[in-house]
Amino acid sequence: MPHRIEVALKPHIPDSHGIKTARRSREDLGLDVSAIRTIHGYLIDLELSDTQLKAFAEGPLSDPVTQTASVNEPMALNLLRDSVFPWDWLVEVGFRPGVTDNEGRIAKEALELVLGCRLETGAGVYTSTLYCIMGDLNRDQIEALAGRLLANDLIQRTSIVTGNELEGIWSGDSNTFYSVPRVEGDAAVRIQEIDLAPLKDEELQALSRERVLVLNLNEMNVLRRHISRPDIIAERKKVGLSGRYTDVELEALAQTWSEHCKHKIFNAVIHYRNDETGTEETIESLFDTYIRRGTAEIRSRLGDDDWCLSVFKDNAGVIRFNRRYDVAFKVETHNSPSALDPYGGALTGIVGVNRDPFGTGMGARLAFNTNVFCFGPPDYNKPLPEGLMHPKRIFEGVREGVEHGGNQSGIPTVNGSLLFDTRYLGKPLVFCGTGGIMPREICRRPGYTKQARPGDAIVMCGGRIGKDGIHGATFSSEELHEGSPATAVQIGDPITQKKMTDFLLRARDLCLYNSITDNGAGGLSSSVGEMAEESGGFELHLDRAPLKYAGLQPWEILVSEAQERMTVAVPPEKLEQFLNLAEKMDVEASVLGNFTNSGKFHCMYNGKTVAYLDMDFVHNGVPTLELHARWSPPRFEELVIPEPEDPGDLLKKMLSRYNICSKEYIVRQYDHEVQGGSVVKPLTGARDDGPSDAAVLRPDLESFEGLVVAHGICPRYSDIDTYHMVCCAVDEAVRNAIASGGSLDRMAGLDNFCWCDPVESEKTPDGQYKLAQLVRANQALYEICTTYSVPCISGKDSMKNDATIGGVKISIPPTLLFSVISWIPDVRLAVTMDAKSKGDLVYVLGTTYPELGASEYYALHGFTGNSVPRVRIDQALSRYRCLARAIRQGLLASCHDCSDGGLGVALAETAFSGGLGMDIDLDAVPAEGIERFDTLLFSESQSRFVVTVRKENRKSFEEIMGGTGWALAGKVTDRTELVVRHGGRTAIKEDIYDLKDWWKRPLAW
Amino acid sequence: MTPQVRVIVTTGYGTNCEIETAHACRLAGADHVDIVHLSDLLDGTVRLGDYHFLNLPGGFLDGDNLGAAQAGAHRLRNARIADSKERLMDQLLGFVENGGLVLGVCNGFQLMVKTGLLPGFGGNYENRMVSLTYNDSGKFEDRWVTCTASPDSPCIFTRGIGKIELPVRHGEGKFVTLDSSVLDRLTDEKLIALQYVSPETVSPTQDYPYNPNGSDLAVAGICDPSGRLMGLMPHPEAFHHRTNHPQWTRRKLPEEGAGLVFFRNAVDYIRQNLS
Repeated sequence: MPHRIEVALKPHIPDSHGIKTARRSREDLGLDVSAIRTIHGYLIDLELSDTQLKAFAEGPLSDPVTQTASVNEPMALNLLRDSVFPWDWLVEVGFRPGVTDNEGRIAKEALELVLGCRLETGAGVYTSTLYCIMGDLNRDQIEALAGRLLANDLIQRTSIVTGNELEGIWSGDSNTFYSVPRVEGDAAVRIQEIDLAPLKDEELQALSRERVLVLNLNEMNVLRRHISRPDIIAERKKVGLSGRYTDVELEALAQTWSEHCKHKIFNAVIHYRNDETGTEETIESLFDTYIRRGTAEIRSRLGDDDWCLSVFKDNAGVIRFNRRYDVAFKVETHNSPSALDPYGGALTGIVGVNRDPFGTGMGARLAFNTNVFCFGPPDYNKPLPEGLMHPKRIFEGVREGVEHGGNQSGIPTVNGSLLFDTRYLGKPLVFCGTGGIMPREICRRPGYTKQARPGDAIVMCGGRIGKDGIHGATFSSEELHEGSPATAVQIGDPITQKKMTDFLLRARDLCLYNSITDNGAGGLSSSVGEMAEESGGFELHLDRAPLKYAGLQPWEILVSEAQERMTVAVPPEKLEQFLNLAEKMDVEASVLGNFTNSGKFHCMYNGKTVAYLDMDFVHNGVPTLELHARWSPPRFEELVIPEPEDPGDLLKKMLSRYNICSKEYIVRQYDHEVQGGSVVKPLTGARDDGPSDAAVLRPDLESFEGLVVAHGICPRYSDIDTYHMVCCAVDEAVRNAIASGGSLDRMAGLDNFCWCDPVESEKTPDGQYKLAQLVRANQALYEICTTYSVPCISGKDSMKNDATIGGVKISIPPTLLFSVISWIPDVRLAVTMDAKSKGDLVYVLGTTYPELGASEYYALHGFTGNSVPRVRIDQALSRYRCLARAIRQGLLASCHDCSDGGLGVALAETAFSGGLGMDIDLDAVPAEGIERFDTLLFSESQSRFVVTVRKENRKSFEEIMGGTGWALAGKVTDRTELVVRHGGRTAIKEDIYDLKDWWKRPLAW
Repeated sequence: MTPQVRVIVTTGYGTNCEIETAHACRLAGADHVDIVHLSDLLDGTVRLGDYHFLNLPGGFLDGDNLGAAQAGAHRLRNARIADSKERLMDQLLGFVENGGLVLGVCNGFQLMVKTGLLPGFGGNYENRMVSLTYNDSGKFEDRWVTCTASPDSPCIFTRGIGKIELPVRHGEGKFVTLDSSVLDRLTDEKLIALQYVSPETVSPTQDYPYNPNGSDLAVAGICDPSGRLMGLMPHPEAFHHRTNHPQWTRRKLPEEGAGLVFFRNAVDYIRQNLS
């Protein structure tokens, strides 16, 4: 018989979680909820004495100062009986079997200390939250509350009762509050063999679909041809296999050949036709042609000064940082899982990308996180397609997931963005990035290299394997549909991971392993498979892998994406020391086999071979796609509105657009200064609330050298032309970094493409256009990166960001996130964006053109237009070089990049962040072809800045900037007013605190 | 030969401010600073008795599951040193008895109140009288606050501090007591070493966000009656250099971060009192 302990805050302590939940019930769901109090439930699946239960309840589970605990007694009934809190409904939310329950795991460890012994796998503590809800709600409403706010049916179970019902349940024979969510199931192991030989084309496709292999017909045929080769069959017979694939092999191949892992679209042969120019060309791999080649050209130009160390080949890109350290940086997306379970998906996203730099070279110590989220509008009020969550719920879930993942891991979140567009309703984009530093030399080898050797043990460290995350790699290569498997959802466990990284960094410095990589998409199949390329093969015993619960089939063990695991190659002579250290530091480490040089991908289960494939076939056998792309530029209606009568009012409206307004709500909830190296924080200025352009940090506290981290993203421009979208995204990232003190002398980029499916098919009739958008995006990336000399060092693509729900297809706008990392020789040279003091001169750098196409200003009026901003790359380059020099000489008081909302927004932000006014004469600003004030004010022309300079630096500053297109446009005042003159009259005169209030209000939740 | 000041900074199980804490101790003049994983204490490799000053840094012990530092405090009270009957807590009590200094920041403060190390009324260091619970805002928040130190508190760490700005970064920092008598006793014994104040009036405040969590009596940190044990929610180690301050590009600040004073006071005290 299990036991149940409940813990609640004492009545006089405010239940802030309950209060917040009640508020959201009212505000987000419009339900008449007057108050909520929460209770924690712990279900203990173990025989315990009363004394033990009491010690457990009153020891680790409750705080005697703030909480009370009950043992096998329903605390909610006491609340009713004592009239402490006369609730109307009780909703209990617990996890479904097999879902990661971090609190349950910690409670179990605490129980082990109470009992003084280790508990076996299986015996466990399961947690739940009980919401005691006061409010005038009927059953339908309470169910809506449970389903739309309190619980996610995919991973959680709920029970809803009234007081009478609760009393009945507790006095009855079968108390449902004692039902343990244990994983039950058939533990029998079966290896299935699949004979592809007799299958017809349709049957091959059906097999791919039913097993969620997500392989196309051509790929299935390659698989069939391969296994029918007599030499292959003969070899397989020697290890007890036949001319049929085992399920283990088929799953491993599907995983390795997935779009997610093989980037088949980026490596495809593309026939590209441009109707605008009437040209046609064939591109052999976008990746090789535009991305890899661009980086190679920049590196060869750098020659002996090449500071790129490891690009595109490892889990993260690595560049030189300082005399002691190199820096690794990677950005990933976790879109599909975040659509299904925003909290778990995003949490897994952040702790997952942490493992990329951690698994690069010999391993990096993690120094910073970045996050960019794209959601539907939080106030979306039209009916949602069945199966989609409301964007605000996704927002809150993702925010909290990343909060828990980043904060608990002790990694500062230094930089990020939030974007809103209705097309992200179907799939939110959740970009998570992590950078880390590694010693330049580890165990007398460059830290960024690694080499598993034949004979090294395959050791898996960290978490255990469960069914969670099975088919993650293949699933993310597919669009969402109603039957998407719940096993694709996982919940990360930052503390298990933190314990593991603490241990592995120590093992690294003791030279206890030769190679390391993370278990992310594709699980062991991917991690061991990739490391085995270093040695030339492997032999893996799947039965030796530690499981969360019985009942996993061998193929599931191989491809499970259960989190918090790293695989390392440990030389035999170091194995004992490695395992002893793991045990001491409370980290599970299991020897699963050996790396070999056999050339084989070899898996066994209980001594029997269950997979035997050529490494070469697994890694290089996937056939190249051949695709068609065709570009013809779209034409949109031009905006026709009269010139605004009250530009000040318009500026306020612009400042409170979701894409422009303050993101302080989310920024404050992320720790952005842990590790003590924060220099330019995400919020800055006189009241710590101005929007910084980039982060500056000092990852090595022994040195004043720093990193500048920034990004650019502008998906709206894709509506007109993805070529310009990419140029603008890269330019935005670069100018953000320059504005804060970065330099083009050492700046590297990461390209993260999130696209809608660009492969023409019945479901995607406009595939050729979408693919042309991808081609143009890559052409732009090559052009601008090589001109700026910003090499891409790593990247990722996520190509199926569509959702078909209830017959409605929602595709995201093609989105590129471009992240940059740059080096600053002394962080004390960094500049922030806020106006500093009265009398400082205000300059506008860069020319404004009539470029309102797909701007925030046009979006405000519901138009797209056609005049998309274009980057004049050469002009921008000389401006950036001059500006960086001026900053290095300490000549700037403030520097702010001009992006969404143009000059108007940048001027307002500079003023109100500094708590100072500004007098600006816009007639002085460099402009070409501008006829209207609103165009001048809100045009989103690229490569511009608003900067302030102390009077005494005027001459030096102007000399350095030379002929790069700038103007002295006014000065900083202490009148707390933004005054903008145009055409000889005062066009705007607004109080800066009023402007700031408009800017802060939209997301001040 | 001048006596060597030896400092230990613990880590492991979710602690994450150990590097900057150790850095702050070195900048403050400590001669020997070790970052020690709890497992090295638990297997007897390292003993607290070899040090003068114990730092319990911030972080998320066990992910703050079961409540901030609840599981961590439970481990400290129950886990035994390998091959002995000695609890880690016994070693810690011995360290305190022998005149050691303990500074708990954020999660370290939570750990100190949840083991009973603070407030340590009458020298009883295992009695839980106060706690740190969920912020009134219901949110984890990273923001800089202004605090003042009580000049008549016995606290060693806050000596000479008038007003100081530091960051808070927590979701569970609201200081509460078992009952009002505990609060009275803290006041009477002058154990409220640090309070959140309004930057304008420089007096203790209950107003958000100056008091970021709704702490009773605006308590930001307390000490034990000996003054050698202190816990606080703000992070002094996160202000070790002027560039840590969110407004360093606007103000003239001394090169050294103001937060170092806590560590310098500790190091100076040890140097003066070393036999």
